[in-house]
Amino acid sequence: MFHLSIVTPEKVFYEAEVKSLILPGSEGYLGVLTDHAPLITTLKPGKLQFRDGEDKLHVLAVSNGFLEVSRNKANLLVEAAEFAEDIDLERAKAAHQKAKDALASAGEEKLLEIEVKALQMALERAANRLKIYRDTHK
Amino acid sequence: MPTLREVKKRIRTVESTKRITKAMEMVAAANLRRAQQRVEQSRPYNRVLEQLLSHLAAASTDEITHPFFEEREIKKKTLVVITSDRGLCGSYNGNAIRRAAHWLEENKEFECELVTIGKKGNDFFKRRKWPVVEFYGDWGGSIDYEKAKEIARFLTWRFIHGETDEINLLYTAFISTVRYRLTIDRYLPVARPEEKEEEVGYNIDYIFEPSAEAIYSSILPNYTTSKLIIALAESFASEHGSRMIAMGNATSNAEEMVDTLTLQYNKARQAQITKELLEVVSGAEALSG
Repeated sequence: MFHLSIVTPEKVFYEAEVKSLILPGSEGYLGVLTDHAPLITTLKPGKLQFRDGEDKLHVLAVSNGFLEVSRNKANLLVEAAEFAEDIDLERAKAAHQKAKDALASAGEEKLLEIEVKALQMALERAANRLKIYRDTHK
Repeated sequence: MPTLREVKKRIRTVESTKRITKAMEMVAAANLRRAQQRVEQSRPYNRVLEQLLSHLAAASTDEITHPFFEEREIKKKTLVVITSDRGLCGSYNGNAIRRAAHWLEENKEFECELVTIGKKGNDFFKRRKWPVVEFYGDWGGSIDYEKAKEIARFLTWRFIHGETDEINLLYTAFISTVRYRLTIDRYLPVARPEEKEEEVGYNIDYIFEPSAEAIYSSILPNYTTSKLIIALAESFASEHGSRMIAMGNATSNAEEMVDTLTLQYNKARQAQITKELLEVVSGAEALSG
């Protein structure tokens, strides 16, 4: 068992002792178990899974962030996190559509590179939420 | 001596004002509770980020260069002033504005520009000699995270593109319901994270993925954003706290005023009764005489 804390800019989202953790590192998905070597990595939007003390599997959608593992403590800093069961399908769909439309018209509106990048990231996040919703609500 | 009717009217006005200030006090108290919670909830993220930065600094051997760390020769400075959108919050805005003006005086050898957050500060500074490059208002008394991110992006953009050489943040730190501290913090360039004492000799051999450099460049924008969010959260909490106290004072002043006016009213009433009695008595005397 090791300590997992998920912190977002708004609040401490979740804190618990967990058995295992799988998360979307920027270089690919990675797993963390007890006594993992010290590690600092960046995360990309994706699916985060962990097993709590009772072996119950939890699934979350997370966006960009960081992970620091040391001395059996996993600190996870993410911009946003949401439990799969809390995802609002309608809202996720709307956000996805909005980002898509905005990107489609980006060429005409001569958006700056950074703005386009922000939109792409928003689209990625929305797509991620949708995907996780569909994965878990079969 | 004001007439009976006048005094009665005044009592009624003061009482209705009292009702309003009382209601405002209660609203501010509710807002304060929420804002205070926000402050407490947004601190951990920043703390863990700082920790992470210092671990990174301790663990990576070579000096890391990043545009956010760049200390240039200072020609131009930017001050971000956080005030409230609405008034009736005691000396909250006045203090912040005074402090900002003082800072601008102190730094007059540099070229200074302003970014205002909150209508009150903007109203004051928009007609002064310092240029206001951007204004963010209409907050409605609480944090809009998207807007905070936008401001952070705007500020870092200006810094990286050499539009300004130093950015400072003026906000009102929330210590307790009755104590606030005006704070000016350097926002950019970011001070290099220090290797913490406790970590020395315990240098953990971290694995970095993809690389320390890459992690730095994605952490720093988050770090600056979270610093701004905290400054905003603290300022909003201070604003609601100041308003609560100001309105509480107004309410008790109104109470006092009602008391004095009621006394005046009773005196006037008595005076009138005495006068009427006198008239009746002297009228009767005139008849009998």
